[in-house]
Amino acid sequence: MRLFPRALIGGLIGLFLLAGASLLVGATNLWNTQLDTGMVLAISRVPRTLAAILAGAGLALAGVVVQQSVQNRLVDPGLIGTPEAAMLGLLAVTLLAPGAALLVKMSVASVSALAGTAGFFLLARLVPRRDPMLLPLVGLIYGGILGAMALWLAWMSDLVQFMGIWQTGEFSGVLRGRYELLWIIAALAVVLFILADRITLLGLGEEYARALGLNYLQTVLLGLGCVAVTFAVVVVTVGAMPFVGLVVPNIVSRWRGDNLRRNLPWVALLGALFVLGADLLGRVVRWPYEIPAATIFAVLGAGLFLWLLHNRKVRRHG
Amino acid sequence: MAERRLVALGVAVLGLCAVFLLWNLRAPIGLILELRAEKLAALVMVGAATGAATVIFQTIATNRLLTPGIVGFDALFVFTQTMLVLALGGAGYVALAGTVKFVVEAAVLMAAAMALFGILFRNGAEDMIRMILTGVILGVLLRGLAGFAQRLLDPSEFAVVQQASIASFNAVDPEMSGIAALVLICGLGAALWLAPRLDVAALGRVQARVLGLDHDRLVLTSLGVVAALVAVSTALVGPVTFLGLLAASFAHALLRDHRHSVLIPAAALMGAAILVAGQAVFERLLGLQSALAVIVEFAGGLLFLALVLGRRAR
Amino acid sequence: MIEINNLSVSRDGARILHDVTLNVPPGRLAAIIGPNGAGKSTLLHCMAGLLPPDCGQVLVNSRNIHALSEARRALILSLLTQAQGTIPRLSVQDLVAFGRWPHHRGRPTATDRAITAKALARFDLDQLATRNVETLSGGQRQRAFVAMAYAQSTPWMFLDEPLAALDPKYVRDIMDRLRDMTGDKTGQRSIALVLHDLSVAARYADFCIAMKAGRIIAAGPWRDIVTSDLLSDLYDTPLRVAQLDGVPVVMGL
Repeated sequence: MRLFPRALIGGLIGLFLLAGASLLVGATNLWNTQLDTGMVLAISRVPRTLAAILAGAGLALAGVVVQQSVQNRLVDPGLIGTPEAAMLGLLAVTLLAPGAALLVKMSVASVSALAGTAGFFLLARLVPRRDPMLLPLVGLIYGGILGAMALWLAWMSDLVQFMGIWQTGEFSGVLRGRYELLWIIAALAVVLFILADRITLLGLGEEYARALGLNYLQTVLLGLGCVAVTFAVVVVTVGAMPFVGLVVPNIVSRWRGDNLRRNLPWVALLGALFVLGADLLGRVVRWPYEIPAATIFAVLGAGLFLWLLHNRKVRRHG
Repeated sequence: MAERRLVALGVAVLGLCAVFLLWNLRAPIGLILELRAEKLAALVMVGAATGAATVIFQTIATNRLLTPGIVGFDALFVFTQTMLVLALGGAGYVALAGTVKFVVEAAVLMAAAMALFGILFRNGAEDMIRMILTGVILGVLLRGLAGFAQRLLDPSEFAVVQQASIASFNAVDPEMSGIAALVLICGLGAALWLAPRLDVAALGRVQARVLGLDHDRLVLTSLGVVAALVAVSTALVGPVTFLGLLAASFAHALLRDHRHSVLIPAAALMGAAILVAGQAVFERLLGLQSALAVIVEFAGGLLFLALVLGRRAR
Repeated sequence: MIEINNLSVSRDGARILHDVTLNVPPGRLAAIIGPNGAGKSTLLHCMAGLLPPDCGQVLVNSRNIHALSEARRALILSLLTQAQGTIPRLSVQDLVAFGRWPHHRGRPTATDRAITAKALARFDLDQLATRNVETLSGGQRQRAFVAMAYAQSTPWMFLDEPLAALDPKYVRDIMDRLRDMTGDKTGQRSIALVLHDLSVAARYADFCIAMKAGRIIAAGPWRDIVTSDLLSDLYDTPLRVAQLDGVPVVMGL
């Protein structure tokens, strides 16, 4: 127990170092005297760094919630149709009410993402539990179907370029005034922290959770609601980023066991670290061009997923 | 019995092709016919290649849920293409003749598929779902790698490969048609030559070996044929994930026969029928140019879910 | 004759068989018995040429089974595996006809069809010939698979627990037919099979191979092996061989 805060402080220091690097690296040279360094920082670099931290933390936390509620560790909210459902909602509202305020669009996207996630949750109850590998597969296909619907809708309405932006998470477009919605994630993180024990109970399955006096349906809806809002916010502001919610919780639970209340800060911290790291890597690899963080994460995340899949220790937990 | 149904299916496809060519034909007749014939040829070739490839692939994987697209064959093709652009540079790549490009890409795809999936099939035969999931994620990984490699290209080089990564039945490269047809015919011929061995492979690896089948070699050969067929369809229109699932499932349901000598042609015809009929309906009837690819993926995805949930019964 | 010399086999890196040396005479019904995890199945699969040995060799009718091509091997021996894994969507007739595949490799002749028909008749499958294998009961399905192995017409037949989860009626069905085959004047078969039910082994087998922890404990005519002392030792629990109406029965005490 004594080691815990110290390690966490270490992690936080790491995050600060990475954030510092993120402030310094980019297409424009900060030491170029012709530019107002303060302006570049305030308008672009600081918002960008904060956006990556918030999005990473939110996606990783969403991963934990979904994995607990369907009792399957190989499921990632980014790969079960949640982002696609959010995109469907966004497209619908853009079509029906093009002039709607951002907050209205956001709310519609959240509701739609919740419906999509709930759809997967219902599907998960039909899929045989014997094989833990089957559920992520079903999730991928379900997400593919919702994605096809969204693409079709976008096609009909000439909004395909928006789909492209929503589908690939990247932070190069983040400027002051265009990322603040992400702060909602910070609020959701607090909610999740309060709910932590109940979400742990979800992981025991409906019967156990009920027997222990949990209002199962309410807790699931609350949890999935947090996931849906997180994804709606992330999709709108920076674009979808699969694998974060899968890889981070798995790494944390292998490393620190399964006490959710103690793990949540770690999940949020590691999520932020990974996404910020991916964004930073994307800025450096092909400077001055940028590679989207989601592209980098797709490669690293898929690699890690394959490793999890073929690692006996994880498979036993399934 | 099965043969008669196969012939009926063939006649139906011919009828569909005639409708596609002649429906609402206006002047200038010669030009419109030529344009339509070009598109028809592409649709038939893609459908046939995908249908046949999927039946073979499902048999060697002994799983009727899979398509080469689901486990990332087409992603592998796009990745191969990207790497080729990366190696030669955009200008060098464009300077290559279309035929040479295609042959090189198809050859690389065949080698890579045989290496990658050959290992997967040999080691993972017992744990089927894990193998499928590995394949699917491998597909995601390859798509990600291709995307990553594409970002390393110059914007001008990027444009060269980008058009290959989204399925479209409208932008068919006519230069490709000739060589694609040749590869398709060779591929289908090889598939029919493999047919009796595939019948045995459908019994499962151990039983097939008991009956004296060199299973490892058959898997490698089949993967090569599948890769060649996937190369045909991907080069012509881009990645299609679920078309093969539709074609193969319908072919199985129509024939109810285990012999690949009839199953493979049936799946090829079925794939062609789906695409030709779909394109006729969407383009001519509903006036929707680009909808077919999306609708096929959508219907195929639903079928996949239905098949997964249907397995609960057993 | 099967001659096994100093055979060692590993699976997933763990040694299963240790230095097995054994002769199995032809024209018999040889039962492999022993407690769970003794390596019975592994021995059978290795004898059938499906598992490569670490060292040692298996000679079937004086030919090294692991040096033969898959095609040649399938003409010498057949194997019925424990779980048929994916149950094929075939009619019974088509399934049994696959037994002829090693002989025609895709081009069946009149002889092949005649032998298929004979196998169907011999295993009372005529009525079921057009039924789908999936729809059969466990006993009927097992009979169809045995008929397929029979149609393969190999001098040696190996069966891995052919009786698992079968009703007494089907056990008798299958064992009677297997015993008949070893007694055939024309086309006599040599059979080796893994059995769990010791009474069945005592009643039908004329040669017994007792295995424990990857080694052969004893092998010989059933009279020498199926004794109260040897079986009690083999299974680490008191067992008694008794006669009931002239039929040997093995009971736990």
